[in-house]
Amino acid sequence: MIVYLLCFILFLIGLYGILTQRNLIKIVIGLSIMEFSVFLLLALIGYINGGEAPIITPGEPIPQFVDPLPQAMVLTAIVIGLATYAMLMAIAIRLYKKYKTFDIRKINQLKG
Amino acid sequence: MEALLLLYVLIPLAAAFIIPVIGRLWDAFAKLITPLALVMLVVIALLSMIDGTPAIYSVGGWTPVDGIPIGISLIKDGFSGIMLIVINSIAFLTSIYAGSYMNKYTTTHKFYTLFCLMIAGMNGVVLTGDLFNLYVFLEIASIASYALVAFGVEKTELEASFKYQVLGGMASLLILLAISLTYWMTGTLNMADISNLIRTQSFPTTVTFIQVLLIAGFGMKAAMVPFHAWLPDAHSSAPSPISAMLSGVLIKAIGLYVLFRLLFNVFVITYEISLTILILGVLSMIIGGLLAIGQSDYKRLLAYSSISQVGYIALGVGLGLVILSNGGDKDLAALAILGGLFHMVNHAVFKGLLFMAAGSVEHATGLRNLNQLGGLGRMMPVTSGTSFFGSMAISGLPPFSGFFSKVIIILAAIQANYYVIAILAALINIITLAYFLKLQKGIFYGLPASGMNKVREAPVTMLVPMIILASLCLALSLLIIPPIRDVVLMPAVECLMQTTNYATTLGL
Amino acid sequence: MTSIVKTVTRLLVRVIFIYGVYIILHGHLSPGGGFAGGAIIAGALILQILAFGSKKMKLQREEAESSIFESLAILLFLLMGIAVLFLGTKVFFSNYLPHGELGELISAGVIPLYNIAVGIEVAAALFPIFLALIIYKEEIK
Repeated sequence: MIVYLLCFILFLIGLYGILTQRNLIKIVIGLSIMEFSVFLLLALIGYINGGEAPIITPGEPIPQFVDPLPQAMVLTAIVIGLATYAMLMAIAIRLYKKYKTFDIRKINQLKG
Repeated sequence: MEALLLLYVLIPLAAAFIIPVIGRLWDAFAKLITPLALVMLVVIALLSMIDGTPAIYSVGGWTPVDGIPIGISLIKDGFSGIMLIVINSIAFLTSIYAGSYMNKYTTTHKFYTLFCLMIAGMNGVVLTGDLFNLYVFLEIASIASYALVAFGVEKTELEASFKYQVLGGMASLLILLAISLTYWMTGTLNMADISNLIRTQSFPTTVTFIQVLLIAGFGMKAAMVPFHAWLPDAHSSAPSPISAMLSGVLIKAIGLYVLFRLLFNVFVITYEISLTILILGVLSMIIGGLLAIGQSDYKRLLAYSSISQVGYIALGVGLGLVILSNGGDKDLAALAILGGLFHMVNHAVFKGLLFMAAGSVEHATGLRNLNQLGGLGRMMPVTSGTSFFGSMAISGLPPFSGFFSKVIIILAAIQANYYVIAILAALINIITLAYFLKLQKGIFYGLPASGMNKVREAPVTMLVPMIILASLCLALSLLIIPPIRDVVLMPAVECLMQTTNYATTLGL
Repeated sequence: MTSIVKTVTRLLVRVIFIYGVYIILHGHLSPGGGFAGGAIIAGALILQILAFGSKKMKLQREEAESSIFESLAILLFLLMGIAVLFLGTKVFFSNYLPHGELGELISAGVIPLYNIAVGIEVAAALFPIFLALIIYKEEIK
């Protein structure tokens, strides 16, 4: 029960980072922390008490395994997250080149 | 043939990766192969809609074992059939339009790569029958659209793309959280199997929490109020063919389609969730309409009007949901859902046309402000004529197609005794007419403003898609006639109304 | 970079590369597979650039070559998936080569070939991201 509560606290820390920070890169890091908390929750869902890692070695009896499907889902989601952050960082560097600053209070040309 | 379902995802994906290899040697290769690939998909989609039978394809040959489905299946029934036609035809016309519009940008072969990837992602979202596969295709389409919004790297485009990405990333996160909670609850990822399990056992509070997370996540993708903050910036700063695709197709294919599919066919319809969607639809309609009146930028006004029309669609389908959850008259619910889906098809056509006209004006003059433009009707007759057709259609004047879809929604609201909603819908319709008349007068009619004398008409490859879409605005009003309606629209309404049909098509 | 970093890099880059290839090839026997092995190979290439540096023209040429590798690897992947529509069981994506024994290196049908295609693709996609960010940084100065 307490591990799920820790996942939720990590989600809130990431949300605090997006809402209050003014530097562009820190906003991206806040989004990244939020995403890791969801991956942790997804990997913890498959845990069975007393289970072991789901690898078959030939010649030994098969013990109780934990669920391998959430682990495959987290691996795919990490790859998707990599593509998202590569895009965000490329846009952040181009923004610095045009506006000469990373502060979001000064990047506000679109209004209305 | 069921293997044709694969081609919707394979052909754009293969085209997207052949273009960088050959595009270095031969410059015009990308411009030729993208419309060719898309016209093949349009023909396949039209033929399979006339055929009318649902098709299922199990990827990898994993058929259900003991009644438990393992493996991913691609399912095409009435609702996904009509979404496929809308996505592929608007994409085909936009790729012809982009042939001469993109001449002012560099590295255009990367544009066509990202465009084909976005089409492959949207086709995958509409066809798939597995929850996590839906998330993967959703992310492919979203990331391609983030890159396309920032394509010409000006100041405003980069800022709009950054805001779009942070909000879109949070939306995808909420969707992943909802998917993981669903897996925890039911132990399976196949949508048909989940719908069987939720109807036989019952998990009351967790299901409501999952539904709220899904409304928040997909509401952000579909730009309903209060999640609309990214749409005016992103759709007004993007290049015009991308604005036409985003506003006409993307917010419906990855926002509204998935939301309606999950709420009708996978989860059980409850009164509170239906009322939430109805209220969000009414709010989007009102706030989008009122905020559009004061805009003086051409494309920003069109973007706010997109929010308002998405509100109309959510209002129509939400009304159907509320009537179904109360156990009311089934014919009335079918009428409301018919209005909502017909408006979805119509709005793709005329919003695409209006953004193409905006792009044509910007290509010719380089300006977007209503105060600086004026009197272009004499110099650009085709653009002003097609834009007039689009404006009259979106404001709901007969005999254009927009009139019929809005009248069906208002009639359904009156017959269901929701008089306040009907009066509000009619009022916002009048306000829509007001700001579109302001737009037409400000840009095309009247005396030419200073410096507008050397403006010429747009090139032919930009005019042909606009003429085709303008004639579709008139031709789509034929969908009301009962024989044509039974082939095109009623299968979509039927497969949303029979809420257990989705599970039985897989043979479970 | 200092001479300690350069000497250690000269010894280690080849070992890291071989380790990445090992993880890709044993993807069906132990944890890892295409993505993890591809990321390690990209790490080896990035370490080489970080330690020794390079001129901007050479970096741009390397970025262009790497993108061609990426597109070709994905086309190979799609080709292997489509080839089964003509041979074998005529269903997309199914496992049509013979399955072999449990625990051998050459077994499990077509999965090791998919792992190799994904590994090349991931390495060829991560390396230009790094190169592009370096090239922008040199353009800003």
